[in-house]
Amino acid sequence: MRLLMLGNKLGMTQVFEQNGTVIPVTVLKIGPCWVVDKRTEEKNGYNAVILAYEDIKENRTRKSEEGQFKKAKLSPKRYMRESRVTKEELDKFEIGQEVNIDLFKKGDFVDISGRSKGRGFTGVMKRHGMAGAKRSHGTHEYFRHGGSIGASASPSRVFKGKKMAGRYGGTRVTLQNLVVADVRPDKSIMIVKGAVPGPNRGNIEVAHSIKRMK
Amino acid sequence: MKVVDEIEKEYEKYKKIPFKPGDRVKVHLKIVEGKRERVQVFEGYVIAIKGSGIKKTFRVRRESYGIGVERVFPLHSPRIEKIEVVRKGKVKRAKLYYLRERVGKSAQVKQTL
Repeated sequence: MRLLMLGNKLGMTQVFEQNGTVIPVTVLKIGPCWVVDKRTEEKNGYNAVILAYEDIKENRTRKSEEGQFKKAKLSPKRYMRESRVTKEELDKFEIGQEVNIDLFKKGDFVDISGRSKGRGFTGVMKRHGMAGAKRSHGTHEYFRHGGSIGASASPSRVFKGKKMAGRYGGTRVTLQNLVVADVRPDKSIMIVKGAVPGPNRGNIEVAHSIKRMK
Repeated sequence: MKVVDEIEKEYEKYKKIPFKPGDRVKVHLKIVEGKRERVQVFEGYVIAIKGSGIKKTFRVRRESYGIGVERVFPLHSPRIEKIEVVRKGKVKRAKLYYLRERVGKSAQVKQTL
């Protein structure tokens, strides 16, 4: 079963292994999430559970979501995500049920999605990793450019998808196969090796790695 | 960040750094040789302390056969068995990089009494 759990990135730090190796880690707060609704084959054509995360004030609730929380007898939440499950797995969930971080354990592989840090309008070197131009040998006002953008009379246009400067960041990014270094169920804290997309306190989605599902 | 700080604290070995820049220290370092583990001692002056929390490191300088050798150790590394202060030094700055240009007696740090 692959549940999409919701949480926040708290920040990065480092941790020592027993032999002295330093591992960079990210600290995440995951859940607790609540089951708001279920999608069923008969009614919706597929099976899924809807999980919600983080309480908000009553007056901040969206009108369109208000009813769903009322129906589930839950306090209003900020985020909701659907996770596809099989029919048998769906029966294990009840509306209003709490889902906790203990789904995950140390050593698990997880996929983490988040919204990457917005970098605004950036040049071609930062955005696409292009090499730029030589600094010397008579280069004049042409240091961080991307070079030629195409041929001449034929095709006499620039091909679609040509890598150029523009807005960078602020998009959904998923990292696959991150290793869970530690789980602290008492505080809903998960520690994963490596970096996670987005700023500190940014929203993230965590699920077991799709490529490691058996 | 509070939670992150708490997690860092779990791995910290020292609440307070047991030495200051200018002190002469012996760093007892665990070294794995094949399958055997032994302790190596690196003795020299602490010339810089950097970083915060679990990321804190210190730089030790010594003269070895006429060649200056500097090593940076993570303060909270489990590879460090113990840190021994041999002598307290009297210095006026936090970073003693000026010792690099000096040789002989002028490369020494005065002892505080």
